[in-house]
Amino acid sequence: MADVLNVTDETFDEEILNSEIPAMVDFWAEWCGPCKMVSPVVEELAQEYKGRIKIASMDVDGNRQTPGRFGIRNIPTLILFKGGEVAQTIIGAYPKSHIDEEIKKLL
Amino acid sequence: MEDLIIIGAGPAGLTAGLYAARARLRTILLERFSPGGLILTTDWVENYPGFPDGVSGFELVDRMKRQTEKFGLEIQNQEVIRLELTPGKKTLVTDKGTLETKSLILAFGAAPQKLGIEGEDLLTGKGVSYCATCDGPFYRDQEVAVIGGGDTAVEEALFLSRFASKIYIIHRRDELRATKLLQERAFAEEKIELVWDTIPTRIVGEAGVEGIDLKNVKTGQESRLSLQGVFVFVGYNPNNELVKGQLELDRRGFVVTNNDMETSVPGVFAAGDIRSKVLRQVSTAVGEGATAAFAAGKYVESIDA
Repeated sequence: MADVLNVTDETFDEEILNSEIPAMVDFWAEWCGPCKMVSPVVEELAQEYKGRIKIASMDVDGNRQTPGRFGIRNIPTLILFKGGEVAQTIIGAYPKSHIDEEIKKLL
Repeated sequence: MEDLIIIGAGPAGLTAGLYAARARLRTILLERFSPGGLILTTDWVENYPGFPDGVSGFELVDRMKRQTEKFGLEIQNQEVIRLELTPGKKTLVTDKGTLETKSLILAFGAAPQKLGIEGEDLLTGKGVSYCATCDGPFYRDQEVAVIGGGDTAVEEALFLSRFASKIYIIHRRDELRATKLLQERAFAEEKIELVWDTIPTRIVGEAGVEGIDLKNVKTGQESRLSLQGVFVFVGYNPNNELVKGQLELDRRGFVVTNNDMETSVPGVFAAGDIRSKVLRQVSTAVGEGATAAFAAGKYVESIDA
């Protein structure tokens, strides 16, 4: 997870909404099997887009405010942000090619 | 060129990999996510032999993965984009390059089927879910519906009873298809109410699920339940996009094989949920994976000879 930034309710605004580059946050939890399936894909993307897209993850079990704010009721959910606004939401486990396409739209 | 490429690292693919590695076939197992497959959406597996107290879906596949790796199987994270299947050679185009193999095992499984009713797509992620073990904890003290009457529907309803205050199981028939033991548990759970002979016609809500419209298939009577979540477990669709038009599929799109798991294309085998069959379980997937790997080995021998 070296290239994936861990964000919390406390750091979310600063790291994601105020980020100078576009960002993607992977909302996950320990209890969620499909979240574990997606995490290596997110890690790969974090390496590939290093410096161009800030790729982060948030544990929804330990952080309740941010998921509530974005109405998250399914995980895994990936939310892509640009300029502090939600640009795209990907709900469920999707393969890398699909996520990659959505990320490219942010650049 | 590889002897064997296996696509999909669920129980079928991992078992095929285990047998292929021990047979010393030059084998790669490709997985687009991390190993696991649909079993990862199962909280607790109680019907896989050898685990009298049950085992979590995650632990079961993790054990399978470690067992295959112990015998030297190489698992690579690659997403197959295109398959070219000919009797002689199989070519795979992936997100990382092109691979060639003498034989191939398709183990890419199935995905939950949608209801196909109004409101479903709009409210997916806003109260409509296909994975109770992922999303159940978001419904603490709320009322939810489970659509379906098979093993998965009843198991997931029982799982949701840990969180939700009330669970309606909406089923189109007047009896459940689920295993009797699961039925007994559902009937004994106070939070679960069965709604028989009923189909959902619309999921209601804008920012989030507010209710579900129902229709009794016997009386025609329509009604609405107010609730916050709808969990859909009405069966599975095969992940057949890569092979459609290239080999024989059954009426529902599952891959047809013979007793040796070989498809209509020589050297291409299928195992697990993708196959046309009557029972989709871990216990059936592993047997098919083993058979497919053995048969693939025989096929490679025959063309090398």
